[in-house]
Amino acid sequence: MARAALPGRLTWRAATLAEARPETPTARTLVFDVPDWPGHLPGQHVDVRLTAPDGYRAQRSYSIASAWPPGGGGPPGGGGKVELTVQRLDDGEVSPYLTDVLEVGDQIELRGPVGGWFVWRETQQNPVLLVGGGSGVVPLMAMVRSRGQSRAKQPFRLIYSVRSQGDLLYREELPRHVRDDPGFDLFLNYTRQAPDGWPSPPKRIDVATINTHGWPPDFTPDVYVCGPTTFVETAADILVALGHDPKRIRTERFGGTS
Amino acid sequence: MAIISRGFGGRRRESVPGLPPGQYLTHDFPVLSAGPTPRIPLDRWSFTVTTESGEKTSWTWPEFTALPYEDFSTDIHCVTKWSKLGTTWRGVSLDTLLADVETAADYTMVHSFGGYTTNVPLEDLLDGKAWIAYKFDGEDLEPEHGGPARMLVPHLYFWKSAKWVNGLQMMQEDEPGFWEAAGYHMYGDPWLEQRYQGD
Repeated sequence: MARAALPGRLTWRAATLAEARPETPTARTLVFDVPDWPGHLPGQHVDVRLTAPDGYRAQRSYSIASAWPPGGGGPPGGGGKVELTVQRLDDGEVSPYLTDVLEVGDQIELRGPVGGWFVWRETQQNPVLLVGGGSGVVPLMAMVRSRGQSRAKQPFRLIYSVRSQGDLLYREELPRHVRDDPGFDLFLNYTRQAPDGWPSPPKRIDVATINTHGWPPDFTPDVYVCGPTTFVETAADILVALGHDPKRIRTERFGGTS
Repeated sequence: MAIISRGFGGRRRESVPGLPPGQYLTHDFPVLSAGPTPRIPLDRWSFTVTTESGEKTSWTWPEFTALPYEDFSTDIHCVTKWSKLGTTWRGVSLDTLLADVETAADYTMVHSFGGYTTNVPLEDLLDGKAWIAYKFDGEDLEPEHGGPARMLVPHLYFWKSAKWVNGLQMMQEDEPGFWEAAGYHMYGDPWLEQRYQGD
């Protein structure tokens, strides 16, 4: 295995909430201004640290949702933006603060980027299959955004499994990528309630889902699977059974970040 | 100067002795793996210690499970911030496995089915500090938690406790394993919060 270049120490940086968007009733996208942000690869995550007035602290990890550099024709010099999408866990101590309490202008601390394995690099030439369950779509969204922004040509397929339409993250943006990014396909799988007129009844992802909407193993796709543990275990087992090389399957599991 | 988060702290978890800095307590057993879970039939399982001079000592599953074992209870700390206290295991101490292995090496690389590796200094595996565990909570270790057998080095972050172990290689010099090459700390002491390179 090639040795990675040694990065410097990951320091805590002040991050100011610049913008917040509700994604669903329980998920919120937070755009932070981090003036000295060094940049990141799609798929990486950050550690977030909160400090209470009495000095009590809590840390959690969150996947980065945004591409780097931030695209969309933003103003030059406005580059220090890091976007997270946080799913509120009702019994959590950090996620409810981020989804319900934090206001534009407030500051938190953040360090990263972290993780050099669950990442997509534009230099990878193979087709890409993304399989996301619930908020596991967040790091995959960074990959979709990154590809769209750089007009990369590698064919991408995203299989995104959610309970119902009301749980869909990036509900307006995903169809735009389907429309504007040639070679990007999206399949939405509903597990509890499908929208009216949806062609298939709600079900968990299974062999047929991945066989029909993924790439054939012969295409040697790079596969990224992210979601809750049971979802990832199921999807990865199916991929291996369908003949995908386990070494091309990268997984990230959400044990529930509260 | 730390940044104070206005209004934060109202829902804090109970403070728990035994929790390293930056960790929170979980009662679940979350899973973290880089890829699919390998299924290893017991008749294809073996564990091999390789010294720096290339000498090998191997155990099959029946040989390994016939070794003296220990039942023990320990706290585990994952770099992704969760800690789980008082977990109970059955495993073979590395002291037992390495009793007849002659080595002058200071470092080891732990190898797993599926290709995962992680580096651990040899002294961190000795003197009752590490086991190859094959039972959790009285049951056979589930594949997603590293079964048939996993390393357990509980005084280091849990990624050092490699799942699906199949070998241990002695090394004269320290080299990064899988996560270490991807930016994680070479040693990983949770009490010093050595999460990432440079910590």
